[in-house]
Amino acid sequence: MMVADFPLWPDQASTFAPDVDNLYIFLILVCGTVAVGVFLTIFFFAIKYRRRPDNEIAQEYEPPKLLEVLWIAIPSVIFLGLFVWGSWLYFHMARVPDDALDIYATGKQWMWKFQHPTGQREINSLHVPVNRPIKITMASEDVIHSLYFPAFRTKADVLPSRYRTMWFQATKTGRFHIFCAEYCGTLHSGMTGWVEVMENADYQKWLAGGTEGSMASQGEQLFQKYACNTCHTNDASGRGPVLAGLYGRDVTLSNDSVVKADDNYIRESILTPQAKTVKGFQPIMPTFQGQMSEDDLMKLLAYVKSVGQAAIPTKGTTR
Amino acid sequence: MTTATLHDVRLVGAQTNRNYINDEYGALSWLLTKDHKRIAILYLISVSVMFVLGGFFAMMMRIELLTPEGDLLTSDTYNKFFTMHGVVMIFFFLIPAIPAVLGNFILPIQLGAKDLAFPKINLLSWYLYMAAAIIGLVVIITGGVDTGWTFYTPFSTQYSNTHVFGTTLAGFIAGFSSILTGLNFIVTIHRMRAPGLTWYRLPLFVWAMYATSVVMLLATPVLAITLTMLMIERTIGVGFFDPALGGDPVLYQHMFWFYSHPAVYIMILPAMGVASDVVAAFTRKKIFGYRFVAFSSLAIAFLGFLVWAHHLFVAGISVYSAMIFSFLSFFVAVPSAIKVFNWTATLYRASVSWQTPMLYILGFIGLFTIGGVTGLFLASIGLDIHVTDTYFVVAHFHYVMVGGTVMAYMAGLHYWWPKITGKMYPEWWARLAALLVFVGFNLTFFPQFILGYVGMPRRYHAYAPEFQVLNVLSTAGASVLAVGYILPLIYLVWSIWYGRPAGRNPWGAVGLEWATSSPPPKENFHETPVVTWDAYDYPAMMKAMGETQNV
Repeated sequence: MMVADFPLWPDQASTFAPDVDNLYIFLILVCGTVAVGVFLTIFFFAIKYRRRPDNEIAQEYEPPKLLEVLWIAIPSVIFLGLFVWGSWLYFHMARVPDDALDIYATGKQWMWKFQHPTGQREINSLHVPVNRPIKITMASEDVIHSLYFPAFRTKADVLPSRYRTMWFQATKTGRFHIFCAEYCGTLHSGMTGWVEVMENADYQKWLAGGTEGSMASQGEQLFQKYACNTCHTNDASGRGPVLAGLYGRDVTLSNDSVVKADDNYIRESILTPQAKTVKGFQPIMPTFQGQMSEDDLMKLLAYVKSVGQAAIPTKGTTR
Repeated sequence: MTTATLHDVRLVGAQTNRNYINDEYGALSWLLTKDHKRIAILYLISVSVMFVLGGFFAMMMRIELLTPEGDLLTSDTYNKFFTMHGVVMIFFFLIPAIPAVLGNFILPIQLGAKDLAFPKINLLSWYLYMAAAIIGLVVIITGGVDTGWTFYTPFSTQYSNTHVFGTTLAGFIAGFSSILTGLNFIVTIHRMRAPGLTWYRLPLFVWAMYATSVVMLLATPVLAITLTMLMIERTIGVGFFDPALGGDPVLYQHMFWFYSHPAVYIMILPAMGVASDVVAAFTRKKIFGYRFVAFSSLAIAFLGFLVWAHHLFVAGISVYSAMIFSFLSFFVAVPSAIKVFNWTATLYRASVSWQTPMLYILGFIGLFTIGGVTGLFLASIGLDIHVTDTYFVVAHFHYVMVGGTVMAYMAGLHYWWPKITGKMYPEWWARLAALLVFVGFNLTFFPQFILGYVGMPRRYHAYAPEFQVLNVLSTAGASVLAVGYILPLIYLVWSIWYGRPAGRNPWGAVGLEWATSSPPPKENFHETPVVTWDAYDYPAMMKAMGETQNV
């Protein structure tokens, strides 16, 4: 009971948590030893050599220069080890597993909105299955926010300028904090919520709840609503590039450079189409900057993704 | 013999009652002075006022955080208070405190010079500081600012309804004050050293001020550029940082930290200089590894320019640039470690006095060590992801800035107080205050490391109930800390009138500042001193004193 009221350690609820905690404990041991060593040495010297009538004059003493070498070399070696350990962890946390479940998040003064590919939307709460990698694709509607799951030991700033991704794999069911960690205005400290980690069966049951159709199908409706389909037709005669099979492919631009049609490229091409026009097409698409919410953009992205993947039947069908 | 030397204690500062304080009278004689010592006093008064103001904001925050709910202040007021606490403490206290007060007063005297190289520019620095401070105060009185002291875009340019322009203008002007101070110090150290005062005979305080000045001169213009771009975007909507206008908000963070990380070293390097001088004076020894300590200041100044992006590990930089900045951030810790070990080693076989300045510096070494090693936690990028933007970071930089810089400032103020005023402060009260500051500080900030690791984000007006116990401890500590800071304010002022006369060299310390009278005459020395001894040559001096039996 006391522990529940007054935790000195956060919940360990993701695959990252033990790794991060191990590094933390190691740092406490190493740094604690050094710090306590310095304190004790200072105390010992300051008392032993305190000024007394017989000790008015410091003794002339030149300590060995080897000491300088040692206390430059030893910390440097330790630092190098810490650097490697910390970087290994960072690399691991940056590499999203291929089979991760996609979830989309939008930060907005002052709430978190999450969308599941199946179409469920939630505000300031997030339902995820346990023991499954979850990839969150995030953008902000306004200022910079930061999506923080202390129990999962991970956070990432959410930017208004581009998509960012983070991932985690929860290892235990339960309810854990969601915080905004980047100051974002008046109710920054109120931009919090709960992540509910559920057994997979419960999660599937939760997903089956009421919805307005999958994100991709909602995106398709938007595709028609914004009249994207008048130019992006399904054959090469359209005034815009064909979107089928596009996602994840390399695209040659009008200046002959090649970019990958990833989330950020698709987002940019909707908001500021003139920035990177595909080779062979006129820069005639209107800008949608400021006319579409991040939620809608994510739905469109989900739609473009779905037609992108659906159109490559020759590959990966046996997976 | 016509020149002063170390051992000829009677020659310098002939027995006269004229000094820089009673040389001239009247408000104008202070406001238009070109005497570096009087300008230091002007700064001392100004930064003390700002420290009290910044402390008030801190105290209100700590009282608010006694309970998880936001009840004492509204969210907007709380956000303004932590912003103004940061702005006031960083731009108007920590950056100028040691250089502009202690450096201004002591540096020319330690060099055996009559003044800084450009006395009028020195006065201009103070006026720029005051102009910035007054703009800052107007901003505070007319409603304040709520962006955080970091002014992150696009919040600061498009979303905040508070006085962002006025605050950034104040930061911009204050920057020029520190650029001019840095310039003045560099030229003075190069050109105005007394005959015989070679670089390796300089006190380490001078080395530290030199390194600080280089950083001030090279980094602060970037702050001016960044804040100018911010003001232009906010007022006329040129899109540098706002994505809606085609800008990049992360670019702002790179530019801001390109100044503001070196600024951390502007704040801590002078403190290290004070620590070296005080350790030598109160152990009566040469600092062990003098050259290592001297060059580690320059190494910190140089490496300090190469680590700015360690503030951006979760902001969206690439994995590889995160690795490079992590690597460099570990290695900026090496020169700091060199200093800590050398100070500690100096205590060996020393004659350690437990007078107040030394108490503060012993505290400084301990707290700075904790501040430094917790920096390693943050440089470990895999761990930084979890603890950045939490109270762990708050605790870390307060250990460096308050446990480090403020402790050293208090040490320096007490160490040089007899020189500045000619009076001794009451030792018993001063020791009590040093103890209260040490205990109060640790009680305030140690729980915040734990809070941060448990996951409490910084800049939170209201928080989850399970964080309360640690917050209550922290607030209790802040109350003790406040008493520890109020005491010196009272007894130091008291001592100006009622303190016992200090005499020329109350500590038996080596250094040109202790060779002139207290307070020093307007021109510092009646005759130009000639230096024939190394810095901190206590063995030689103590031997000479033993022969003359005269302190």
